[in-house]
Amino acid sequence: MKIAIPVNEKNIETNVCASFGRSPYFLIYDIETQESNFIDNFAASDVGGAGIKAAQIIVDNEVEALLTPRCGEKAAEVLNSADIKIFKTVYPSAKENIQGFIDKKLNLLDEIHAGFHGHNEN
Amino acid sequence: MDTTKTNMKIAVLSGKGGTGKTLVSVNLSTVAKESIYIDCDVEEPNGHLYFKPKNIQKEDVTVKIPKVDNEKCNGCRKCVEFCKFNALAYIKNKLFIFDEICHSCGGCMLVCPEDALFETEKVIGKVEKGYYNNISIYTGILNIGEASGIPIVKKLIDENKNKDKLTIIDCPPGSACIVMETIRDVDYCILVAEPTIFGVHNLNMVYELVRLFNKPFGVIINKYLEEENPVKKFCVKNNIKIIEKIPFDTELGKINSNGEIAVEKSGKYNQLFSNLLDKVIKEAGNETTVNP
Repeated sequence: MKIAIPVNEKNIETNVCASFGRSPYFLIYDIETQESNFIDNFAASDVGGAGIKAAQIIVDNEVEALLTPRCGEKAAEVLNSADIKIFKTVYPSAKENIQGFIDKKLNLLDEIHAGFHGHNEN
Repeated sequence: MDTTKTNMKIAVLSGKGGTGKTLVSVNLSTVAKESIYIDCDVEEPNGHLYFKPKNIQKEDVTVKIPKVDNEKCNGCRKCVEFCKFNALAYIKNKLFIFDEICHSCGGCMLVCPEDALFETEKVIGKVEKGYYNNISIYTGILNIGEASGIPIVKKLIDENKNKDKLTIIDCPPGSACIVMETIRDVDYCILVAEPTIFGVHNLNMVYELVRLFNKPFGVIINKYLEEENPVKKFCVKNNIKIIEKIPFDTELGKINSNGEIAVEKSGKYNQLFSNLLDKVIKEAGNETTVNP
């Protein structure tokens, strides 16, 4: 089973990125082989619709679950259509969240926001 | 000056809402006797509250949105890759189209090798046309939840492009794309500002915009008090012409809050706006005046 996490840097100790659509990289982690693969998020610098494109990237990598602190409604629609489950991260690092997911300590993300639409999220 | 003999287009702008764009636009239109008033503040048009226009005709404004014929779509994703706004996604052998994100450029239809995309019309708002004496009143209204009022502004501007009348355009607040669309073809811009530090900040936004567009312009200070103020300083420093000062005045406030037109209720304001209109037409240059 493969899972995806938005991350700030290309190593497994890195922190989870606060944004899904604008995250610089995604960590694609294979739970069986324990293999980490970091991919660039081509949507990060797009003018708009970053969440949709980022979700497309996640779908194309054939993951079964996304671990993220937050997710916009359009991205969630794309992910749901592909039957990808969205879990809420609770730890700072990617590594801790992966372990948390394996130990079934993460819950499904129930708060889907309406998107930032080019505005600063802070 | 005979203001019925000009076909000049004048835009009224400000960096934020509530500075007095509509006050200036409505009173200039009225004092001109024969004119066109266009309310391009499509998210909250309120010029009609003063004019209460008669014989209103309504027309929907639509944009073109792609739809997919799933029988024809072969999943090549050319449209998904093409869309700069990421309005399309291809998930589990099915094309998803996000209408709200689509900017109606039509590119996806051009790049589709299978002819699987076709256009449908989506209503985003409307244009209302009515009359008040010899003033034609145009109001653009954007439906709640729609992303952009630009198609409505374009329709309003296009429809009045070649009219042989003085046209006053009440702009949306700020300096974003929709304001650029509004002032593109105008002959003169009036920048309305309040005499405060915030007023300077907001004025600077539209000041930068009109300079970028190379438009002749002048500033009106609204709610003016006879004392030093930051906007006046800003104008002096940047060599900007202050074409009018509208006083901070209870009489004007009362007329305004009753939804009445000041030039019809007060001799003082009739004089002020008549002079202002003359000044603006002169400032904008005589070349656009027919039979000067």
